[in-house]
Amino acid sequence: MNSVNVFLALIVGLVLAPAASGLIAGVDRRITARLQSRLGPPILQPFYDVFKLFGKERLLSNYWLAFCSFVYLVAAATATVLFFFQSDLLLIFFVQAVGSVFLVVGALTVPSPYSQVGAHRELLQILTYEPLLVLVIVGIYMVTGSFKVSAIYELNTPLLFHLPLMFLVLGYALTIKLRKSPFDISASHHAHQEIVRGVYTEYVGPYLGIIEVAHWFEIALVLGLVSLFWSTSVIGIILLLMITYFVEILVDNSTSRMTWKWMLGSAWAVGLSFSVINLVWLHYR
Amino acid sequence: MNPISEFIKKSRIKSPWVLHFDCGSCNGCDIETLAVLTPVYDVERFGIINVGNPKHADVFLVTGTVNHRNKKVLKNLYDQIPDPKAVIAIGACGLSGGVFREAPNVVGGVDKVIPVDVYVPGCPPKPEAIIDGVVKALELFAAKQEQ
Repeated sequence: MNSVNVFLALIVGLVLAPAASGLIAGVDRRITARLQSRLGPPILQPFYDVFKLFGKERLLSNYWLAFCSFVYLVAAATATVLFFFQSDLLLIFFVQAVGSVFLVVGALTVPSPYSQVGAHRELLQILTYEPLLVLVIVGIYMVTGSFKVSAIYELNTPLLFHLPLMFLVLGYALTIKLRKSPFDISASHHAHQEIVRGVYTEYVGPYLGIIEVAHWFEIALVLGLVSLFWSTSVIGIILLLMITYFVEILVDNSTSRMTWKWMLGSAWAVGLSFSVINLVWLHYR
Repeated sequence: MNPISEFIKKSRIKSPWVLHFDCGSCNGCDIETLAVLTPVYDVERFGIINVGNPKHADVFLVTGTVNHRNKKVLKNLYDQIPDPKAVIAIGACGLSGGVFREAPNVVGGVDKVIPVDVYVPGCPPKPEAIIDGVVKALELFAAKQEQ
C-alpha cells in the first residue's frame, strides 16, 4: 500500500464509516417507524442524540466506566481501520472482541443489578456469536486460502456462491451483534424493558455517546464483512447490504425478545450445522 | 461560539429523552402521558424517547401528589439525572397537591421538593398539552444556555 492509499483507508475507516453507520441507524429508525404506521424521527436523529450526550454532565459511579468506554471505542475504531487496510480477518475480530469484553467489564464494575444482569447477558451474546464469526472466517479461508481481506478481492466469483449457508450463519451473528430483536437481550434501543438498558445502564452522558459511536464502528465492520460476500461488483455490494439490512429490520420488527437459552441453543444449532454442511461441501466438491 | 457547541445546543432541543415518575397519582395523568408515546401522537418524530433510567434522561415528567414516602425517591431520581435537565409537573396534583393537598401525609406539589421548570395543568391534562409542556421546557433549556 502506498501512502495515499493508507491515508484514504484511514479517512474512510475513521470518519466515513461511522458517519455512514449513523445515517443507517437513522434510516433504520425511520423504516421501523413506518412499519409501525408512525412517521419516525429525522434521519439525522442518531447524530442529535450523540451530540446531545456529549454536552451532558459527567456523572460517573465508577471511573472504570470512562476507561472502558474509551477502550471499546478505540478497539472498534482499530478493527474498522484494519478492515479498510484489507488486513487479517482473524486479527480484526480479536481486536473487536477485546472492545466488546471491555464494555462488559465496565458494566460489571458498578453494583447496579440492571448493569450486572446486562453484562452477564452481553457475555452470553459474545459467547454465542464469536464462534459463528470465527467459523465464517474459516469458511472464507477455505475458499481463498488466506485470512487476508485483500485475498477476497482477488476472487473472480462472489464469495456468496461458495458459502451460501455461511452467509445465513453470518446473518444470525449479525442480528445478535446489532442488538436486534429477538436477540436484544442485553440492551436494546427501546429502553423500557425489564433490565432498563442492561449493559448501558450505568454509562452516563458523554460516555454513553462514546459507546454509541463505537457501536457505529461495529455496524460498519459487520456490514463490511457482509459486503465481502459480493466483492466482485459495486452494485452487488450495495444490493447485498441493502437487502441484508432490510431483512434485519423486518426480523427486528416481527419478532419478540427471546431468552438467552433460546438464543444460545438456536444460534449454535443452526450456525454449527450450516457451517459443517457448507465446509464439507466445500471440501468435497 | 464554535460550530460543535452550536450543534450540541441544537441537538439538546432535538433529542429530549424523557423519564416519567408517578408520585402516586390516580393513574389519569399517567395514562395520558403514556398515550403521548403511542403511534397516535408519535413523539419519536420529535426525538423524544421514554427511557426508564434517570442517568440517560434529560426531561423529568412527574405526575401525582408528593407525599412523605415518595419525596425521597423523587429527590433521588432528580439527583441522578445529569445536567442540563428540565422538570415538568403534570396535572393538578403535581402542581399543588390537587384535591389531596390538605391530607396529613401529603407534602403538596412537586416544586416543594425539586425545582420545576414547566407546569402542565389539567385533571388530567390532554396529551397535546403534555407535548406542549415538553416543547416549552426545551425552549427554556435553550434560553438558559444563552445566559
